[in-house]
Amino acid sequence: MYRYDEFDREFVLARVAQFSDQVRRRLAGDLTEEQFKPLRLMNGLYLQLHAYMLRVAVPYGTMNAVQMRKLAHIARKYDRGYGHFTTRQNIQFNWPRLDETPEILSELAEVEMHAIQTSGNCIRNVTADHFAGAAADEIADPRVYAEILRQWSSLHPEFSFLPRKFKIAITGAPHDRAAVQVHDIGLQLARNENGETGFIVYVGGGLGRTPMVGRKVRDFLPEADLLAYTEAILRVYNLYGRRDNKYKARIKILVHETGLEELKADIEREFEAIRGGILTLPKDEVDRIEAYFAAPAFKVPGDERLFDAAIETMPGFADFARQNLNAHRQPGYTSLTISLKPIGGAPGDASAEQMEVVADLAEKYGHNEIRVSHEQNLVLPHVLKSDVPAVYQVLKEHGLAEANAGLVTDIIACPGMDYCALATARSIPVAQRISERFGTPERQKEIGDLKIKISGCINACGHHHVGHIGILGVEKKGKEFYQITLGGSADEKSSIGEIVGRGFSYEEVVDAVETVVDTYLNIRNGEEEDFLQAYRRVGEAPFKEALYGTQ
Amino acid sequence: MSDTIYRNGIFSANEWIILDDEADLPGDGKAMVSLDRFLELGGTAPEGLELGVVIRAGDKAERLVDHLAAVPVIAVDFPKFSDGRGYSSARLLREKFGYRGELRAIGDVLIDQIPFMIRCGIDSFEITHAPTRRALEEDRLNEVPIYLQPVGREGEVPLGTRPWARRRVA
Repeated sequence: MYRYDEFDREFVLARVAQFSDQVRRRLAGDLTEEQFKPLRLMNGLYLQLHAYMLRVAVPYGTMNAVQMRKLAHIARKYDRGYGHFTTRQNIQFNWPRLDETPEILSELAEVEMHAIQTSGNCIRNVTADHFAGAAADEIADPRVYAEILRQWSSLHPEFSFLPRKFKIAITGAPHDRAAVQVHDIGLQLARNENGETGFIVYVGGGLGRTPMVGRKVRDFLPEADLLAYTEAILRVYNLYGRRDNKYKARIKILVHETGLEELKADIEREFEAIRGGILTLPKDEVDRIEAYFAAPAFKVPGDERLFDAAIETMPGFADFARQNLNAHRQPGYTSLTISLKPIGGAPGDASAEQMEVVADLAEKYGHNEIRVSHEQNLVLPHVLKSDVPAVYQVLKEHGLAEANAGLVTDIIACPGMDYCALATARSIPVAQRISERFGTPERQKEIGDLKIKISGCINACGHHHVGHIGILGVEKKGKEFYQITLGGSADEKSSIGEIVGRGFSYEEVVDAVETVVDTYLNIRNGEEEDFLQAYRRVGEAPFKEALYGTQ
Repeated sequence: MSDTIYRNGIFSANEWIILDDEADLPGDGKAMVSLDRFLELGGTAPEGLELGVVIRAGDKAERLVDHLAAVPVIAVDFPKFSDGRGYSSARLLREKFGYRGELRAIGDVLIDQIPFMIRCGIDSFEITHAPTRRALEEDRLNEVPIYLQPVGREGEVPLGTRPWARRRVA
């Protein structure tokens, strides 16, 4: 993984000093809250319902055991003993004090971590496939380019006061696990007919109040042009993106209002002016960064009879092995998902103790690598299959062995009204109740792959638009109401879910979800047809009828 | 408006006035006018009057391109410190169109944004915010002095062997 050199170290320390001075001037009254706000947001510090919230960057979701232990330490010392992993592969602490944040940032800097650009109207943490460098279907490692973009975008002098936040995601495999089509810029690694590396480029995807799937602006952008082309997109957006209404300020609205062809022409014109210049990626530099992400020294495959025997004898292991392992490109290896979705728990939360357990496992069995997935789980990307039973045993002892990756209880949910100042409804308790309703292994297995995503307001941080079943909490006459959308998806065939009908009360919503699920079970063409496939085949009619009766 | 300008590390007298579009052109002195008015005048001023231009947020800087050699000062307006359009306008003027004259930041100019403005090619500042003025007088720029991306600005040198990292030398 990427290691700081002396310049990265100096950069992060200088940033801590800069932010400490900004906090000091805020407390001294030299900065108004209005003037301080974008500065603290650019360093991941929000003012929430009950307290400040600090969002720490986990670049493209990759970290090591030492870093994870530091997060555990921060959870214990400055928070209430836990942290919350987010849909952008970062971690949030919900209870830090403003005057302690410089100290937290200094502690993070000790382990090459920071909170730079995890919030604010700037280029945010670049996200990537959580199985990067491990997945069997990968063309190239997306983290190499995510790191190059991270460096280029850090404290960018031109793009730190954009109309609105700007999110970039990269996938290295044809099967998109990074939801690139619902990002401001989505990059999909590809090879052209000459075998050269480049990117399919999407612009203008996003969720929020006006969900849109990104539009393709390049079938193949050569690797060398990555930064110049990205700078061209950002310049056009910075100059012409709307600033009169924050809900219309994302680049998706600019794409929509300007028209794709005209905007593409604007981008290409800006690109032509700078292409071949200082931002051209030299192959040497790509190679230099790539070396940081070289595969670990894989071991010879262990005795897989251990694995096979555990399937037969270890309670729960067969379910875990079926659901939480992903095919690895190295023989004898697998990528292992550690679910942060225990039945009835708050999605994405981990205690300090659990973080330390994961750190220990990564060191002992996982070549010291940990990933955060955008589905709010953790991943050990490189584990010998023969070690999986031992890992499972430890996970089980610490409430981390839920065998539900990709299943109905692997729910994405925003913090909702329990924490967030913007939310208009609760999301975590809805997720917990759904999780309890479907929680038995038999029921989950019967239902199969199904993504439920819950947002507590129309800003859609819980990505409900791209849930196979999406749930949006709104407030109506002082009561919470939950709108259900069906058929959303955030993979290589992205789609925005459709609202199925009038909303349900807090009490009714779990029954409504169960009605939808039961309807699917009745109409599917066998177990092979998952929820999304079935929905795409039959449309909303049977679900509507089951929910609302014939009208 | 401030009667001083911060440039080259010191505050000195502001010799330029900014004219409303309705105001008559003075017979002499130094006056900045809006982009539209400047182009209506064809970039030429009465004998004895020097003309500068104000680029407001939303103005297209490229409209000035034929006049740049003759303009002694261009002011880029930041109507609100959080409105970042001026950064792009400044870089376009300097790097794409090769403007060499004075590039001045006006409007809501605050200390925490000044390092970014400098890197985008702005070299003078009209300051109305007292804490910002104090910080500049005491030479407290509060900058992160390592840059992780190159811009076209002179006076920045590569760091080590990294192709895009820079440090300021001037």
